[in-house]
Amino acid sequence: MSLSDLQKKVEAGDFAVTGEIGPPKGVNVDKCMEEAEKYLKDTCTAVNVTDNQSSVMRFGSLAGCRMLIDRGLEPVLQMVCRDRNSIALQSDALSAYGLGIRNVLAITGDHQSLGDHPQAAGVFDLDSVSLLRTLSLLEQGKDASGGELDGVPTFFKGAVVTPCSDPIEPQLIKMEKKIEAGAQFFQTQAVYDIKQFETFMKKVEQFKVPVLAGQVILKSVGMARFMNANVAGVQVPETLIQELKKDKEATKSGKTGAAICADFLKEAKAMCQGAHLMTLGWDHIVPDIIAGAELQ
Amino acid sequence: MLVSEMKPHEEVLTLLKGSDNVYLVGCNGCAEVCQTGGPEVAAELADKLQKDGKVIAGTTNIDFLCNKVLAGTRLIRDIDSINKADALLVLSCGIGVQVVASVVDMPVFPAANTKSMGGAPGLWPGEEKCGQCGNCLLGYTGGICPITGCAKSLVNGQCGGTTDDGDCEVENDRPCTWAQIYQRLKTVNRLDLLKNFMEPRDKSALLPNVATRKTLYWAVDQDVSEPAATEGCE
Ligand code: SF4
Repeated sequence: MSLSDLQKKVEAGDFAVTGEIGPPKGVNVDKCMEEAEKYLKDTCTAVNVTDNQSSVMRFGSLAGCRMLIDRGLEPVLQMVCRDRNSIALQSDALSAYGLGIRNVLAITGDHQSLGDHPQAAGVFDLDSVSLLRTLSLLEQGKDASGGELDGVPTFFKGAVVTPCSDPIEPQLIKMEKKIEAGAQFFQTQAVYDIKQFETFMKKVEQFKVPVLAGQVILKSVGMARFMNANVAGVQVPETLIQELKKDKEATKSGKTGAAICADFLKEAKAMCQGAHLMTLGWDHIVPDIIAGAELQ
Repeated sequence: MLVSEMKPHEEVLTLLKGSDNVYLVGCNGCAEVCQTGGPEVAAELADKLQKDGKVIAGTTNIDFLCNKVLAGTRLIRDIDSINKADALLVLSCGIGVQVVASVVDMPVFPAANTKSMGGAPGLWPGEEKCGQCGNCLLGYTGGICPITGCAKSLVNGQCGGTTDDGDCEVENDRPCTWAQIYQRLKTVNRLDLLKNFMEPRDKSALLPNVATRKTLYWAVDQDVSEPAATEGCE
């Protein structure tokens, strides 16, 4: 019943960095695995594998997680509630344990109509809160119907929260529900304004649960503007957009995005227990971020 | 017709925790037929609640609670007694509960569960829709239905997709149902209800009663001593 490195680290009060990979649509997984090994293995404590992110059908999270283990990385299994009913979610959680996966991130999931299979059924038998509770039940040796398990798994259960949501109260209420249901750590939605993040962290201090500040690496001016217009609870300040505008080459190579992220984390590291880096394929800039934020 | 059955009395008492003064609203339509509404059932429930220590601020029985105009005009007449109450308890299908919640700014709780008719339509003259989920949770959601309103039928609060304007991530031209529920519970000062963990929905309650799945010939062949066709209405 060994604890995951991520759990050990955040529970010891150390600053933990998690990365994220999104498997491809298709079976050519080698490239993203190689990059993860090259850039994330020595820089991140664990790496999330997304679960049909944005409702776009892809190579699966469970297999992706096991492949990371085979390369010596610790995975975080993302589980969304859109594609599987409570039987399949529980079965996959048991399978994940069997494959050596300990970190599980419970998410409700985007609606299927937002992805490339709008004709598909949206299940939502469970939601993020009840999935966490179900994982907790499994850890107590029971399934969701009260049946006995033959062999009991343990997980390090995570959830997400949006620090810049307005109003913030529904987020806080749901965060509390998630904790009561078993959430042991949180990864946040992307946050760029350190003041806003500080205010948020003050509000959630009372919950005494580790929070990893979410960072989506800014790749271009267009991307920043797109997120401002379309992604709920994400606001890229105009000053950062100007920053991205300044030196086109530096922005293109990822230098600017890495610097913006490193600057944020330098300040944020005193406020929270870790960072979650969503590089959207730009794993190669993670070492720069870690060095820039003086995290190692 | 919408088929409903009374919630277990303990559940009603849990919902009414903290509301000592209760106003009853009953429906004389489908609910009366199902014995979840109508004057007799309302009086019986009032009795029971008084024995449990509740004060009954008043009772109004309305012919068709799904008719919002009718419900509004009838409730206005007794607004003084209603204002004395801490909460309204509604004896009807889910639509009736939603109608009452939309005309009175007070905590509203359902006394009944609306059961699946397996495809048979109910009476929906207004905007309120009832998913006939079999386990009415309007008492926790300020009388706004997340089963029919939320694009994912979520029961534990809003997803991460609610837009910055408070709209649904799926249909950007309408408010997120959970954002509305939050606002409404805030208005009636019952945000505590939002903190309740809601069990995953019991999908077995969504199965139509057996009779609706059998064919006409099956019905003709049945032994009439087993009146299966009325199942779900008792
Ligand atoms: S935005 Fe609101 S209504 Fe839309 S799916 Fe999410 S919780 Fe449901």
